[in-house]
Amino acid sequence: MSKTLFDKVWDSHVIHRIKNGPDVLFIDRHMVHEVTSPVAFLGLKNRNISVLFPEKTFATADHNTPTKNQHLPVKDPLSANQLKALEENSKLHGISYWGLGHEKNGIVHVVGPEYGITQPGATIVCGDSHTSTHGAFGAIAFGIGTSEVEMVLSAQCIMQPKAKRMRITIDGKLSKGVTPKDVALFIISKLTTSGATGYFVEYAGNVFTEMSMEGRMTVCNLSIEMGARGGMIAPDQKTFEYIKDREFTPKGDDWSKAMKYWSTLKSDEDALFDKELVFDGNKIQPMITYGTNPGMGMSISNGIPSAESQDGGIKTYLKSLEYMNYNEGESMLGKKIDFVFLGSCTNGRIEDFRAFTEIVKGKKKAANVTAWLVPGSHKVEKAIREEGLLKILEEAGFELREPGCSACLAMNDDKIPAGKYAVSTSNRNFEGRQGPGSRTLLASPLVAAAAALTGTVTDPRTLY
Amino acid sequence: MAYDKFKILESTAVPLPIENIDTDQIIPARFLKATERVGFGDNLFRDWRYNSNNNPKKDFVLNNPNYVGKILVGGKNFGSGSSREHAAWAIYDYGFRCVVSSFFADIFRNNCLNIGVLPVQVSPRFLEDIFNTIYKNPKTKLNVDLNKQIIKILENGNSESFEINEYKKGNMLNGYDDIDYLMNMKDSIKEFAKKTPL
Ligand code: SF4
Repeated sequence: MSKTLFDKVWDSHVIHRIKNGPDVLFIDRHMVHEVTSPVAFLGLKNRNISVLFPEKTFATADHNTPTKNQHLPVKDPLSANQLKALEENSKLHGISYWGLGHEKNGIVHVVGPEYGITQPGATIVCGDSHTSTHGAFGAIAFGIGTSEVEMVLSAQCIMQPKAKRMRITIDGKLSKGVTPKDVALFIISKLTTSGATGYFVEYAGNVFTEMSMEGRMTVCNLSIEMGARGGMIAPDQKTFEYIKDREFTPKGDDWSKAMKYWSTLKSDEDALFDKELVFDGNKIQPMITYGTNPGMGMSISNGIPSAESQDGGIKTYLKSLEYMNYNEGESMLGKKIDFVFLGSCTNGRIEDFRAFTEIVKGKKKAANVTAWLVPGSHKVEKAIREEGLLKILEEAGFELREPGCSACLAMNDDKIPAGKYAVSTSNRNFEGRQGPGSRTLLASPLVAAAAALTGTVTDPRTLY
Repeated sequence: MAYDKFKILESTAVPLPIENIDTDQIIPARFLKATERVGFGDNLFRDWRYNSNNNPKKDFVLNNPNYVGKILVGGKNFGSGSSREHAAWAIYDYGFRCVVSSFFADIFRNNCLNIGVLPVQVSPRFLEDIFNTIYKNPKTKLNVDLNKQIIKILENGNSESFEINEYKKGNMLNGYDDIDYLMNMKDSIKEFAKKTPL
């Protein structure tokens, strides 16, 4: 029988199928961080069980780490306590731990691919919803809750019903200034934040095949924002080149064997999807969000849609605009910006810093804008220096911080103050996500760079 | 973690007719720093419940003594966003045992089922009916019968059936969790691991 890519990977990992219940799914790779793991480790302790396959779990500290002075002790006692718990739990159970200051430290979804933990055809989970990022390599990757983290630690399995299959196909040529982030925000604006709930999405079409691996990660990362369990893209030559010779990828004969398996990882020609959507890549413009969920996005030069044009509840929509202090019909261009955040597992990779630098090169940061440039990992940070981007950024008035999740969820000191506006390359513009009362506009690194230069929402295409 | 068995729940309910309530609202990230599962109920809907001086906001429903109970009724697409199980813990810890909505986000639904909070998905019309009845009479009680899979508005007698998979239903009725199940199949898991290519 014909199978989709998702079917192939999922079905080959099912150990047991419970009638009228979930599948018992074997997990190849498990990533943990300090925030969603301590209670799971505590559960193991209470049940008096150990980690079944410690070599399949990898730990990194990222969610509440500071992005300045990482060599000093962490000031916030609660954060320090969580970091210490992760370190101790990792040591106790023999899990590799990339803590603060470790050369491999960084955001869990950035370091996974960097070191080859992420591989095609694998099942990958982490107690963080943006685990969907790893789907860019043709893996089934999704976020889980802490109870499930405990399951994976103790039994290397989770129990979930199989999701339905959706394929989103986009062909065409992306115009100048349109990045993978814009493609993703465009899709979410069409589907809304619940449009793919219950589905696992496969992205197809030349827009995705022509994307870099970094771009594919950005797209898959945002799958969760339309409610999907995860998103994936069939692995191709680009995928194999990216992962070859990374620390945890197979070498020699094992590589050849793996390649044989990996090359089968695509949807069969006549495979059936439960839902198929097609969009025209030529029509996508640079995007920006104007509301309090990632589905409230639009082309940067459009006006804010009216409440009546939405199929959701009008009251909720207006409440959202009220929070942002915006009105229906207004243009976003020219709106005042206080903060710019370049970073997160959505857009904290080297390609994103290259894009940002391209715009600000030879120009100056607006005096009234505070800019936080946070690399996704030490590896990214190193590349920024080595490629000479840091010098250009500094000449334009920017400084680089140390890696971590930072203002993406504002668990550390990087909080946008109440009422202030931030153009952020991260993934969520929920009320208070970037600090209590903060107002977030999600956009690409190019739009973020343009805002940092002008202090307003600006179409980056006018700057280069 | 063990939780109370769920059989029949009859209670008044708290209405929250807002759509797309995300887990950052249910519990903001800055309250995720604990290493134990205690006290999350205090910060449930923190930024909707309290102003920046930590004074209760009068117009938020959890601060309105008219609306109490063990059932939370939310608008469409409840629990979207972050996978934090802390959101479900906060709901449980506050005293809710059941959340009713016309649509749930995937991970949130899963998390609830794993910790003993029953997510009950009803039709948009039935959800309206619940909201309207509660607003007319805050003392309105809902009856949620897990075994029969029926939710009933006692005030007007209207009811609707809801879905839950047999396995999860068994777990909730008995207070079991998935780890109990997985521990019993450890040998086949180890066998399977030997055969996986990765
Ligand atoms: S950067 Fe944001 S979305 Fe990504 S792992 Fe960190 S907190 Fe989660």
